[in-house]
Amino acid sequence: MLTDLTIHELGARFRLGDATPTQAAREYLARIAALDPKVKAYLTVTGEAALARAAEADARFKSGASLGPLDGVPLGVKDVFCTRGVRTTCGSKILEGFVPPYDATVVARLVRAGAVILGKLNMDEFAMGSSTENSAYFTTRNPWDLSRVPGGSSGGSAAAVAADLAAATLGTDTGGSIRQPAAFCGNVGLKPTYGRVSRFGLVAFASSLDQVGPFAKDVLDAALMLQAIAGHDPLDSTSAAIPVPDYAAELSRGVQGLRVGIPAEYFIEGLDAEVEAAVRAAIETLKGLGAKTESVSLPHTEYGLAAYYLIAPAECSSNLARYDGVKYGLRVPGARDLIDMYSRTRGAGFGAEVKRRVMLGTYALSAGYYDAYYGKAQKVRTLVQRDFQRAFERVDVIVAPTTPSAAFKMGEKEDPLSMYLNDVFTIPVNLAGLPGLSVPAGFTKAGLPIGLQVIGKAFDEATLLRTAKAYEAATTWRERKPGLTA
Amino acid sequence: MKITMKEVDHVARLARLALSDAEKERMRRELDGILSYIDKLRALDTEGVPPTSHAVPMTNVMREDEPAPSLPQADMLANAPDRSGEFFRVPRIIEESIEE
Repeated sequence: MLTDLTIHELGARFRLGDATPTQAAREYLARIAALDPKVKAYLTVTGEAALARAAEADARFKSGASLGPLDGVPLGVKDVFCTRGVRTTCGSKILEGFVPPYDATVVARLVRAGAVILGKLNMDEFAMGSSTENSAYFTTRNPWDLSRVPGGSSGGSAAAVAADLAAATLGTDTGGSIRQPAAFCGNVGLKPTYGRVSRFGLVAFASSLDQVGPFAKDVLDAALMLQAIAGHDPLDSTSAAIPVPDYAAELSRGVQGLRVGIPAEYFIEGLDAEVEAAVRAAIETLKGLGAKTESVSLPHTEYGLAAYYLIAPAECSSNLARYDGVKYGLRVPGARDLIDMYSRTRGAGFGAEVKRRVMLGTYALSAGYYDAYYGKAQKVRTLVQRDFQRAFERVDVIVAPTTPSAAFKMGEKEDPLSMYLNDVFTIPVNLAGLPGLSVPAGFTKAGLPIGLQVIGKAFDEATLLRTAKAYEAATTWRERKPGLTA
Repeated sequence: MKITMKEVDHVARLARLALSDAEKERMRRELDGILSYIDKLRALDTEGVPPTSHAVPMTNVMREDEPAPSLPQADMLANAPDRSGEFFRVPRIIEESIEE
């Protein structure tokens, strides 16, 4: 089946003439029709448009004018990205019915590379959450165990790749929303350096933390996806004008002599024993491949979560001020005045987690509390960054668990704080703006995927990818698939 | 208790967020718990530490001042919940009630 294949395998078939993009798109759309009622990864499927794009790709392959590795490849994108003419909800009722008049830069770049967009993927409302249970529409299921969450907020993007409902997908990572669901669903998830990928056309949550990245079936696919979306964009003033290396070409370099840091602060009480064992075994594998390991200290790790839950809500309370019922989305009728219209629209349109964070952020920024909370958190952010700077004077990459446990059951974490603790190992990376990747590193006895996190220096995604590639080549985890049947 | 019902009311008003009474009580309890956790930051000495607002060095970035076409007005108005001709329509702003 074409839906089993990676991007690079699919591309090879297209180039040989063994399969066409239309065949691939049809197989994916059929599989979505059969399995997505169970997995519930897609909010919107754009079948007709996908087939039209696939037919164009067919013609390019036929004439020998293919556009490159993504040409004709069926992909999905998180519903956080604006897509011209295709509804974009961001998982929220407040954006219900919104049809953007333009494409996000990353979507435009995928389309320009010839990719076939199958549809928009479910997510926690405004990308706030760690389970996709905060979607205003429905909860996505973990393909490895349908009673469990896929992680969040990019749960739809992770589940779609795990269930072969897209060859690869795009998500966003503000506090771990690519790496955590990638770990839970057993795929490769890459959060690039802040600034590596344009955020133009992405519905903003916490602008100093948000970053776009891929979910893929293997490391080479993640490299190909990053290649397609990375690079400066004049429409995003925070995107970096730094050259983008040839990531795929870097993959074969191996890890011989690579200095790998192991942070003591990531092996703490509360870390699941099976996750710890898998991560420690992965470290031994890297050593066996010639990497040199060294203990490093990131002493402010335990403060990262607290700082994040001030900074992210503060930025969210500001970004979400634009949802006022005037220009797009929901408006609650019958208001007595303008302020009443804003308040009632926002009260009706936002879900519980979004309201919680808007309130927390507004509180932290309000008169009398700014210095005690927001100001303090920004200073702690500096300390977290310095920890990483010091560590990276001695090592090339840091490896650690991606999450404290494997995927949890739906409804298991009702208390917001216990949900937030799930991101304790991913958040510091966002605070420091660094790249991070999760690669499959084993399974629990119950058959749930475990992720190994690789953290790198700013703009050094190439080293993360080659570390993950070397590990992937030495292990067989990616051969296992969830046993889904229609 | 770090946060009172009065503060919840005040912050909800600042945030332009209509909350039901049940939501307010739940919000008070949950924010209280989250803020208590966040209080661990107080244990850290941050004297003399500069704040970081962005992970990468940022300076004001100005685009060249070159005219370019905007999105068509009709496209921008197409998503409006209510409009009048080429305007977004909103409830009256003047004569707005000033009572709480």
